[in-house]
Amino acid sequence: MTVSLKSAPSASAEGADPPRKAAPADRRAHRRAARRSRWYRRDTKWSPYAFIAPFFLFFAAFGLFPLLYTGWASLHRVSLHTPTEMDWAGLHNYTRLLKDEYFWNALGNTFTIGLLSTVPQLLMALGLAHLLNYRLRGSMFFRVAMLTPYATSVAAATLVFAMLYGRDFGMVNWALGLVGVDHVDWESGTWTSQFAVSTIVIWRWTGYNTLIYLAAMQSVPNDLYESAALDGASRWQQFVHVTIPSLRPTILFTVVVSTIGATQLFGEPLLFGGSQTGGASHQYQTLGLYLYEQGWFNYHLGRASAIAWTMFLILILVGLVYFLVARRLQKSH
Amino acid sequence: MTTVTPPPPQRAARHLRPGLFTYAVLVLFTVGSLFPLVWTAIAASHDNQRLAETPPPLWFGANLLDNLQIAWSDANMGKALVNTVFVAGTVTVSTVLFATLAGFAFAKLRFRGRNVLLVLVIGTMMVPPQLSVVPLFMAIAELQWTNQLQAVILPMMASAFGVFFMRQYLVNALPTELVEAARVDGAHSLRIIWHVVFPAARPAMAVLGMLTFVLAWNEFFWPIIALTQDNPTVQVALTGLGRGYIPDQSVIMAGALLGTLPLLVAFALFGRQIVGGIMQGAVKG
Repeated sequence: MTVSLKSAPSASAEGADPPRKAAPADRRAHRRAARRSRWYRRDTKWSPYAFIAPFFLFFAAFGLFPLLYTGWASLHRVSLHTPTEMDWAGLHNYTRLLKDEYFWNALGNTFTIGLLSTVPQLLMALGLAHLLNYRLRGSMFFRVAMLTPYATSVAAATLVFAMLYGRDFGMVNWALGLVGVDHVDWESGTWTSQFAVSTIVIWRWTGYNTLIYLAAMQSVPNDLYESAALDGASRWQQFVHVTIPSLRPTILFTVVVSTIGATQLFGEPLLFGGSQTGGASHQYQTLGLYLYEQGWFNYHLGRASAIAWTMFLILILVGLVYFLVARRLQKSH
Repeated sequence: MTTVTPPPPQRAARHLRPGLFTYAVLVLFTVGSLFPLVWTAIAASHDNQRLAETPPPLWFGANLLDNLQIAWSDANMGKALVNTVFVAGTVTVSTVLFATLAGFAFAKLRFRGRNVLLVLVIGTMMVPPQLSVVPLFMAIAELQWTNQLQAVILPMMASAFGVFFMRQYLVNALPTELVEAARVDGAHSLRIIWHVVFPAARPAMAVLGMLTFVLAWNEFFWPIIALTQDNPTVQVALTGLGRGYIPDQSVIMAGALLGTLPLLVAFALFGRQIVGGIMQGAVKG
């Protein structure tokens, strides 16, 4: 706002230049105006690039280039000890991966933990958002409280949950003991450990997704509910027939984001047992963790790169599927 | 990425009145959200022996200060906190600045290649960090930046999400006529940025700043590769604790508490704004 006021004098001086002024001054003013307009034209043309330059410089150096270079490195044999020496290996890292049982194990674990964490998380978030959409007392308190886990880091949250799930003295087993259930060895079982790891993810992200859904619900026009109520629809029917259809794009968005998050899951399985193997028999080792083990414990950076690019390809595939689903949804509307 | 129409002025679901059930469920989930954090503080306030008893402690003990002190010095949490404040602060300032400049350009200026570049930004917004660690590791090995803070700061300085967030905000919040009027009045680009764009973008800059700070504070994968326990960030120090650096459970919990407390304080102060920012980003993004 202020700028238009501040620079107004110079502009009006140019425009209101009295014609009866002396000729040399007029010419000088004319030249100055021409120079200025040239300068402004250049400014308008190039300033956008100047504005995006800082971002794109960093983006190119630390985002785009490493992404592509990881692909290049995945075609080489690279040791962690001499990371700058690369021997051409063709597709060896990939073919080796396909024959590697730990890779398939990690892929499967990533998939099951992804399902176990994403599905309940999003369902609960939908329900909670619906409740928060009522006219509530202390609505903001509930929102902030449910978002607090989002502020807790993966590391801190996992350390706490690992303790809660402790076999001998953990609070979960103690609570189960109160209702007569024997102690569960959460960490060493396949399903129990994957369930436990999933609850960490659920705990951290449910509140966040609740807010996303709540925002979308608040933009559903009120008359849709009113006419549904007039038609005698119960609350539950309103939820199913009005809320859910209106939220479709948002639901798809959260599914995409959660899928991406689940594919790269790393910190939770690393710190739940404190080891890069993800349990004694790799029972909750995810792809992200397997990459870390291959690169930084087995010293094979080339293999780690191949795992990274496999993750990337999986994500592209998933993205394509979602894209097609989104288009179908749009058409059906 | 989804396009949802902006909220109409009236609140939805006004006619729905909550019953006791609603409150009961919400209270239950609130307790579930807060309990692990409260329990972190409880566990950090006992000694290790008490944590190995049944039933587990449900109220605070007297050992909190001792445990915090051990975590602060032996687990290097003191240095980690100072480092993390520096890292997250630098990352936040630069991310917000770069994102506002680029977001403004994408929202309001016409230039060749704008759409292609914007698609590039959106397309790579969610590429996992795993896809860049190997080249970054090679780079810091070459530059001998291992264990130095710039190794974790520089890669975080530009955020595609930030650019997209600011663009979405400025498209609606900054009237194009205002920018054009400033131009007609002879303001050059830097002046427009300072006097037109920044004032209009301020609310979104604040929200993006808070979100970026939280993310930078909690950044995990790359720092544990680039740094060691000698010069850690909070997450690196916590990883050290989790991997048996110190076997004492109550000290581990004290460390987790120390590493989370600054963000919890920030949430207590600015929770409303952060909630608003996420919801706003959701509707527009």
